[in-house]
Amino acid sequence: MSHDSIDVRYVAKLARLDLTEEEVTLFQSQLESILGHVESLTAIELPDDLENDQNSHLAIMRNDTPHESLDPELVLGNAPEQSQQQVRVPKVVADA
Amino acid sequence: MTLTDLRQQLTQGDTTPAKLIEDLSVRIQAKDGTTQAYVSYGSQAAGDIDLSKPLGGLPIGIKDNINTFGQPCTCGSKFLEKTYTSPYDATVITKLKEAGAIPFGRLNMDEFAMGSATENSAIQLTRNPHDPDRITGGSSGGSAAAVAAGTAFATLGSDTGGSIRQPASHCGVVGLKPTYGRVSRFGLVAFASSLDQIGPLTQTVDDAALILQAIAGYDSRDTTSLDVPVPDYSATINDGVKGLKLGIPAEYFGEGIHPGVRENVEKRIEHLRSLGAEIVPISMPHTKHAVATYYVIAPAEASSNLSRFDGIRYGNRADNAEDIIDVYHKSREAGFGPEVKRRIILGTYVLSSGYYDAYYSRAQKVRQLITRDFKQAFEKVDAIITPVAPTPARKIGSCAEDPLQDYLSDIFTIPANLAGVPAISVPCGTTAFDGAAALPVGIQILAPHLGEAMLLRVAKAAEQA
Repeated sequence: MSHDSIDVRYVAKLARLDLTEEEVTLFQSQLESILGHVESLTAIELPDDLENDQNSHLAIMRNDTPHESLDPELVLGNAPEQSQQQVRVPKVVADA
Repeated sequence: MTLTDLRQQLTQGDTTPAKLIEDLSVRIQAKDGTTQAYVSYGSQAAGDIDLSKPLGGLPIGIKDNINTFGQPCTCGSKFLEKTYTSPYDATVITKLKEAGAIPFGRLNMDEFAMGSATENSAIQLTRNPHDPDRITGGSSGGSAAAVAAGTAFATLGSDTGGSIRQPASHCGVVGLKPTYGRVSRFGLVAFASSLDQIGPLTQTVDDAALILQAIAGYDSRDTTSLDVPVPDYSATINDGVKGLKLGIPAEYFGEGIHPGVRENVEKRIEHLRSLGAEIVPISMPHTKHAVATYYVIAPAEASSNLSRFDGIRYGNRADNAEDIIDVYHKSREAGFGPEVKRRIILGTYVLSSGYYDAYYSRAQKVRQLITRDFKQAFEKVDAIITPVAPTPARKIGSCAEDPLQDYLSDIFTIPANLAGVPAISVPCGTTAFDGAAALPVGIQILAPHLGEAMLLRVAKAAEQA
């Protein structure tokens, strides 16, 4: 798992996150160092019977039945912009 | 004063809930200017309180990532500061209120619980009450510092890789991370969902048991909640350790541990032996891989969980965006601090096409090996004893340029989260360290899944040296 050099700007774009030039430079060296440490995982010998271990972190979904919801007014009160009981956002669709 | 003492005073009529809140406010005004544990605290009235309930009339401080109706919930982030008010109570808050407690104040934390020092809070820097030039530990630094400074009687924190236990150790208080699934996370702002747990920070082990009793239990609103009855923790807490087998894993006492930490922990182990426990050397060979495993899994989950912070439904929205995609990019740039950005990028990278198997799948398999270490150990022993952290609290700012160094300091606390087992930090003395004469040291006790009764029993014996 010898890691390729991480393209911080590209990954930040995938994460929908703008970065300053200073942040790109700083994160580049810090993330290379962290990934270098993570690479130690490659040296571990994995036994063949790992798949047999019971997963104790299974999420169990509740029944899909109606239940009381939050007060819309309180929820919308946290939105940066709201109008007509809905969250208001900048225009999504371009002009025809 | 402990919760048990306060309950007695309340039921005897020597004080009132309103007086307790007033006393806390006075103490906060006197002390919190230096410690800065509180992000905010209200002047809420105590209201109608049933003093006969288990926590009747007791104010409990709340980490600022647990939703409490009508109160702010900043998560230590500019993203939510000043703009967000909780529209509901987290299940732990509902349970505290049902037990008669009064949620009081919002406690500082590393932004979105990402950090081991509370230096990553975008709101303020919390200082260790034992030495203001030192970190409190983190991410529940405010919750630990408030208990240590006497500005809270007890608090709630959250623990993803040690965020309750490590600050408890650094501040000289008790901190308990329950079994994964024992306490509902509904209403806790998610960081890494396969690791997060809520738990108490208190002055004593008895107080930790009292709060755990109130907040534990099944909740259909958390899909990972375990539908298993909650035992009466007070029934066995004083049973002592005579005849118990306590495992001492060699991997937790090797290179890198400060001699003062080792000495204090070993003394406390000898104390447990003198009380009749059998001390059993054990090996947990995959411990050394815990940090690398965690720093794949936790950022991966965080990058997904934090995608909800996009400037649309809540939090701050950038006002200079050109279109909706630009709103996401610019709101996240302005709202998140450096550690959160670093982990989002790391998490996005390890989950990205071409790297997923090499990093994420691999880390999940190593996590299974670490879990196996625990299963095999608990076939031989009743509980495991280790240090909480390799050193006492470091100086503020000493890891600013090198986050990996801080990550590595979580080596002893991360394995419990990866395996989902309960663990507690109990103060076990002080040591000189890096120019300070006496800083608190914590001993960690770990028990099998849902073994909180055993955990508290051993912790109570360890506490009474």
